[in-house]
Amino acid sequence: MTSRHDTAAPPAKGGAAPGRPPAGDAAEAERKRARLSRRWQRDMRWSPYAFISPFFLLFLAFGLFPLIYTGWASLHTVELTAPTDMTWVGLRNYTRIFDDEFFWNAARNTLTIGIISTVPQLLMAMGIAHILNYKLRGSTFYRVAMLAPYATSIAAASLVFVLLFGRDYGMINWVLNLVGIDNVDWQNEHWASQFAVSSIIIWRWTGYNALIYLAAMQAIPQDLYESAALDGASRWRQFVHVTLPSLRPTILFTVVVSTIGASQVFGEPLLFDANKGASGGSQHQFQTLGLYLYEQGWINQHLGRASAIAWTMFLILIVIGLVNSLISRRLRASS
Amino acid sequence: MRAARTRTARKAMVLAAVVSLGAGLLAGCADDGDDSGKSGGDSSGKTKISLGLFGAMGFKEAGLYTEYEKLHPDIKIEENVIERNENYYPALVNHLTTNSGLLDIQAIEVGNIAEVVETQAAKFTDMSKAEGVKPDAWLDWKWQQATTKDGATIGLGTDIGPMAVCYRKDLFEKAGLPTDREEVGKLWAGDWGKLVEAGEKYKKGAGKETSFMDSPGGLLNAILSSEEQRFYDTSGKVVYKDNPAVKAAFDLTAKAAKEGLVQSQTQFQPAWDQTISNNKFATVACPPWMLGYLKSKSQPDAAGKWDVAAPPKAGNWGGTFLGVPKSGKHVKEAEALVAWLTAPEQQAKLFAVQGSFPSAPGAYGMSQVTGAKNEMTGDAPIGEIFAKAASSIPTQVIGPKDQIMQQGLTDNGVILVTQGKSAKDAWETAVKTIDNNLEK
Repeated sequence: MTSRHDTAAPPAKGGAAPGRPPAGDAAEAERKRARLSRRWQRDMRWSPYAFISPFFLLFLAFGLFPLIYTGWASLHTVELTAPTDMTWVGLRNYTRIFDDEFFWNAARNTLTIGIISTVPQLLMAMGIAHILNYKLRGSTFYRVAMLAPYATSIAAASLVFVLLFGRDYGMINWVLNLVGIDNVDWQNEHWASQFAVSSIIIWRWTGYNALIYLAAMQAIPQDLYESAALDGASRWRQFVHVTLPSLRPTILFTVVVSTIGASQVFGEPLLFDANKGASGGSQHQFQTLGLYLYEQGWINQHLGRASAIAWTMFLILIVIGLVNSLISRRLRASS
Repeated sequence: MRAARTRTARKAMVLAAVVSLGAGLLAGCADDGDDSGKSGGDSSGKTKISLGLFGAMGFKEAGLYTEYEKLHPDIKIEENVIERNENYYPALVNHLTTNSGLLDIQAIEVGNIAEVVETQAAKFTDMSKAEGVKPDAWLDWKWQQATTKDGATIGLGTDIGPMAVCYRKDLFEKAGLPTDREEVGKLWAGDWGKLVEAGEKYKKGAGKETSFMDSPGGLLNAILSSEEQRFYDTSGKVVYKDNPAVKAAFDLTAKAAKEGLVQSQTQFQPAWDQTISNNKFATVACPPWMLGYLKSKSQPDAAGKWDVAAPPKAGNWGGTFLGVPKSGKHVKEAEALVAWLTAPEQQAKLFAVQGSFPSAPGAYGMSQVTGAKNEMTGDAPIGEIFAKAASSIPTQVIGPKDQIMQQGLTDNGVILVTQGKSAKDAWETAVKTIDNNLEK
């Protein structure tokens, strides 16, 4: 196509025909020019589509098609062992979600794990960013160190955490024993297991959020702090009245991103499961929606049910997104 | 001038990057086609046969490929091993349903064989019609497991897992139980309830330091494996809830769990592994391959402290089949290789190297089996013990969703009793989980 472009270019400068030996008759040259010009027009018209097509083709193949196929599959009873053998069941896969206690249990877990992991994570990130914002020796080292967990693979981190949280030989229980607390069964108790799963998430994402806050803090003009100091504001008041308001858009961004992340939690609870399946603990105490979807689809091989769960999750996420944007619009209006 | 040069340099870089990425992509897409093209006979003119395996099947380690290649100079064997069956099997199902990406020979684990027989049998060749294959060379139940209702056999058995009970001689002695394997076997001959009674005796003598058995899941699995009917009846109906044998196995395990005779552990988890290396339990239901696992997790000083006793009732735990997908390019050659790999001689060699117990009784009289010893069990004649167990394994009714039900009863069931729940609550949790998982 690029070579076409070279031959097609001259007409734009007024045509190549005059430069040619006059032997050829004018009509021939005219036809040639018209052809070239047509080509050029076609090129101008269609090339841009060709240039952007790779994205759209990939999106069609790996984004839109699965989305639609999942929607179609969710209206059928389909097993993974025979994906082409579909039986139409209408909305049955959706209506049964209403009284599927495992689904709602997973939804509750997703919410509580989301809160236990996101709130402390963002608060800690803010504190760490504030400290790093002071002039420190070796600040680059601290920044890199903070980002290190983010660069670790979820699988590797989760497996290490499973050992740390072990009931009989785990390091955390060993430390607790030293201060006189009995062994905690981190994998089997409801809140303990949710806390343990959340701690993996917190460990992994705090540094990432802290860096985002730090970048935003460094963009706050210094003279704001100076004038606040002149007015006799303490450090704390400076933080509350200068830093926080300036960070509002950034905080909003991290809240949205963390909410999305929290609703998709999957790897940590999957690998924290002492069983080989994806039931999220022996009483499903830390099974998230993502994990339940995986269990239905890949372990139990119920493609139709899993698809319906996926679409329901999608709808729930849209609702959460709407609430999020509503709140943020309110916040923006009030500021 | 300089700016211009860096710009060209950058352009060149971008171009190079794009070209290499594109080439990579093309190569990635073309990979499939290339491979199948080549396998028609590579540059040396040999026929390439590929095996898709999981875990440590050990054909290569036992030198069987080299031996076969020597016998058949025109064949070249390649294997593609995925470590865990949990990862291997979903991919295999995908390849079977789409009929693409299958290798010439695919391994199937016993836990999945019923599902493959029921849903994917049409994709495999009938091995009973392959040259030189005689059904009576295998244990009958092993042969039946891979055979469809219409009589097509989709895979030949490699190994099986005849189950015995491994016990620690030193811990038994301390607890005041007999240590001779004959006497230990007599303690519980014929009745799993007696095994639990022996556990009660053990607990009185040994105290709290160690447990009688490794895990509730291990005990439940052992009992269920020795039953002819577990989760399905002969017509293929799910009956786990109404089968008295299942409920009895569950209740007996729950009783052992309530009395603290089993550890509150899940098998093959890191914490369970640690109880092996710390010598925390005295017995474990054990097929031959378990000895290898114990060895890999034990401290060196545990060698020779174990012994093997006959189980209350014989059962099978584990085993694999080799099947030949019809879509392969070299079905005939692949069938011949499978028949050779699963012949008694080769199974015996595999047992000597890998500890995978033969599924062909013809191998039981061979010196590799009769003379077998294991480092963990000292001079115990394990070959004879396991061969004896193998000959009394019942023909079990298996079904496609056995694993879901067994896992539900174990990981959402009996384990809860060790954590303080009542047997009734645990049963209800298990049933609720299983029913939800079975519902299509």
